[in-house]
Amino acid sequence: MPSVVASITVEDTPNDGGGAVTVRWEVSADELSGGVNRYVLYRSTSQDGAFEEVGDATSNATTFIDGSTEDGVSYYYKIVPLPKSMIGQPTPPAWVDAARTAGPVSSSAQWFDWRRINVLVGVLILCVFIIYYINQAKAGKKLFIRKIAGLEAVDEAVGRATEMGKKIYYIPGTQDMDNVQTIAGVTILGRVAELAAQYETYLQVPVSRSLVLVTAREIVKEAYSKAGRPDAFQEDQVHYLTDDQFGYAAGIDGMVVREKPATIFFMGAFYAESLILAETGNSIGAIQIAGTGMPSQLPFFVAACDYTLIGEELFAASAYLSREPKLLGSLKGQDMGKALILIAIIVGLLLETFGIWNFSRLFSVIQ
Amino acid sequence: MSTRIKEILVVALVLVFCAIIYIGKVSGWMKGVTFSPAVSMIVIILLAASLAVILVLTIRGRLVGRRTVFVYVGIAVALPLFMSISQYIPISPEVRTLHDGLEDLQDGSKVLVSFDYDPPSAPELQPMAESFFRYCMDRDFKIVIMGLWPQGPLQANQAMEKVLEDPKYAAKNYQYGVDWVNLGFQTGNEFVIQRMGTDFRSMFATDYSGANYETLPIVKNVKNFSNVDYVFNLSAGYPGTVEWVQVAVDRYGVKLGAGNTAVQAPQCYPYLRSGQLIGILGGMNGAAEFEKLTGHEAKGTKFMLSQSFSHMIVIAFIIIGNVAFFMGGRKKNLSV
Amino acid sequence: MRREIPLIITGLVGIVFVVQYFIPHWPFNRMNAWFSDWFSIVQACAIWLGALNLLKISLEKIARRKSDWGYAVVIIASFLLITIIGFVEGESFRDPGTRFTWLYDFVYTPLSSTMFAILAFFVASASYRAFRARNFEATLLLLAAFFVMMGRVPVGDALTAFMPEGWRLTDLATWIMNFPQTAGQRAIMIGIALGIVSTSLRIILGIERSHLGGD
Repeated sequence: MPSVVASITVEDTPNDGGGAVTVRWEVSADELSGGVNRYVLYRSTSQDGAFEEVGDATSNATTFIDGSTEDGVSYYYKIVPLPKSMIGQPTPPAWVDAARTAGPVSSSAQWFDWRRINVLVGVLILCVFIIYYINQAKAGKKLFIRKIAGLEAVDEAVGRATEMGKKIYYIPGTQDMDNVQTIAGVTILGRVAELAAQYETYLQVPVSRSLVLVTAREIVKEAYSKAGRPDAFQEDQVHYLTDDQFGYAAGIDGMVVREKPATIFFMGAFYAESLILAETGNSIGAIQIAGTGMPSQLPFFVAACDYTLIGEELFAASAYLSREPKLLGSLKGQDMGKALILIAIIVGLLLETFGIWNFSRLFSVIQ
Repeated sequence: MSTRIKEILVVALVLVFCAIIYIGKVSGWMKGVTFSPAVSMIVIILLAASLAVILVLTIRGRLVGRRTVFVYVGIAVALPLFMSISQYIPISPEVRTLHDGLEDLQDGSKVLVSFDYDPPSAPELQPMAESFFRYCMDRDFKIVIMGLWPQGPLQANQAMEKVLEDPKYAAKNYQYGVDWVNLGFQTGNEFVIQRMGTDFRSMFATDYSGANYETLPIVKNVKNFSNVDYVFNLSAGYPGTVEWVQVAVDRYGVKLGAGNTAVQAPQCYPYLRSGQLIGILGGMNGAAEFEKLTGHEAKGTKFMLSQSFSHMIVIAFIIIGNVAFFMGGRKKNLSV
Repeated sequence: MRREIPLIITGLVGIVFVVQYFIPHWPFNRMNAWFSDWFSIVQACAIWLGALNLLKISLEKIARRKSDWGYAVVIIASFLLITIIGFVEGESFRDPGTRFTWLYDFVYTPLSSTMFAILAFFVASASYRAFRARNFEATLLLLAAFFVMMGRVPVGDALTAFMPEGWRLTDLATWIMNFPQTAGQRAIMIGIALGIVSTSLRIILGIERSHLGGD
């Protein structure tokens, strides 16, 4: 029998919704010599009662979270080190009896997760900035927004399709409506659809998710009404292809090669299909504007498209295109948040480099 | 010759090639077809010579089109499969740290493997899955499999079947439910990971084949992440490594290693540098390096020659493209 | 009211979702799960919307003999084939040896892998066209691409085997991936995260409403 653990402590797992107790121990003296392979944990509701097995941990571990406790009930814990030869076999009761006991402890739920206080402070600061600048904008303050080439080119791209008498394709990514990038994508779709309606150019929106189908169709329909051409809207302009990533890419590639649209927009979340779509569009000479918040797909779009909205530019597009003061205000607030992060990076860099203060601790979420 | 006829010719050639390979595979004589080192060298020299011709043509102002590039990539991928050139595979730090993390585990540890990919990315990720399983069996690890992608668990089964074909591993007599289990797919993306943080069973009431969670000895004591010793995620997109880092690592402090497609891997490097990820296997070379470290050279190593060739071809065409660019007076945008 | 009710629901759910992140106590700790269950249910039901739309458009195409209607025939035939076989096989349709699994292994898998594999060809043609030393930045990009591509395969290491350990192409590629690449990724990720917060806040506050159809 390996020697028992040097010490064992128990506590109600902090910052949780209850139902869990954390057990900590100092390793058995035999662990260093390789005599321990696993620790098995036992639990009982009374100090001398029958202890039942609740879990195990490898010999490297020194903590265990028992996630099966009932709140308010007192528990006692024991921990038994096992050598490799005993794995899979029942632990001798004498070993359980000989193990150290810790307790009593009872679990309870907490009302605030203190590990996330830094996130809360960060989010609040950012929200205050955004709301402040939205109010400023509402009050009539003029806000500057830098030129975004990709969005400046939207008019030109739609116009080109009109001149050539060809279609415009709009691809709102391959993710569902629960992705903010998809929301940003369909928001821009509204503006593009309005332009297309004004220019009397056919806009086709093949989508890969049913919920996006419903939303996108509603948006395009509204845009056509807003442009004063509700009669020009056709239901099958917005249509579903498939949820399958590469099936969707294959479907669009086929349509692009056959119908040769003059303009293609890629706005939303994309994965490996990004280059397959963009390169096919490039091969037929379409003017292509892409925007995504997927960092790993940006290089592909940059290489194959005429204009690419990089990350946050996609989210700024709605404000940029509508020039609505409230939306512009939120952009300004966002920029202030970015400025704060930049300052934090520089301050942190200096402090950490010279070892003055453990600044990065403020941003840690792991405890 | 019109473009359409050229296209038909190329398609016909590809079809004939595929038919030959298929017949060869079925009748068994393909297995023995390997170019000797001398023939391999001749093939390489011929390829290099033809690229030199293209370079000369480009200097003379005749730029090759994208279809030519495609043909060369096809050749660069296919021919090395028959070549018998061995390569020295250097180990990158991110693969070494992943392997070291596994080495630190005790024999018999419990590992959770999440299969977050589907067949399209299988050529890159399946070799990783197979070599990971081999490693686990060498160390007598208990393997708990799950998937955030619907087809993930099917891929896991395929990988397991493949590994068990090897008599060495079949002899290990890994029992389903005791030594390994496939919990199947659960819808809900990152929410699944979050709920597993408190209760695995709430997400996987039954395993892949419908057996109750409680009846499976391997997961009898597995209630949440603190009961598994290591998590390995094979990912081709969303949900995948990023979600595992954000939920399982940040909230529950799990030890996480990841295998990613080459397209996806760069996105995970920031998490590697910050210590949230123990290591990454990126694409085919990640698989080959892991195979080398674990001493089981398999698919990953075999396909690395194709990878080397295709990289060289792409580099050659980048050079040709730049020559064309400079010859064209730097301003003319040469279309391909 | 058509616009107000969705806006109120969006706002409320958004706020609850933010709050539940900080409160581990019941009922907040269950909300995430409830919402994800609801979303899964809505999503699962909505699949029919998509499937029926696909069928409707394809059938119309065939009925009106629109251009390329042959492809619509292929869509309907494959759709019906896989659906009917799935239903016929019953609950155990995914088991080894079923006709559904056969279709999955020998039709779906190779077709999907083929599409993914096209990426290799397109990476080559895009690199051929895009990586040109047009200006200083493009030259930097070109050089980074060159070193990473060389350093990521054994041949790169073999070519620089004469260099001391730590100075070979593999090491250069690793350095590029670990430092300049990661720094760039982080900058973009921070921007994206802020963009997401700001967009979410606009949606919660009801300022951004074009996703509900117009302004």
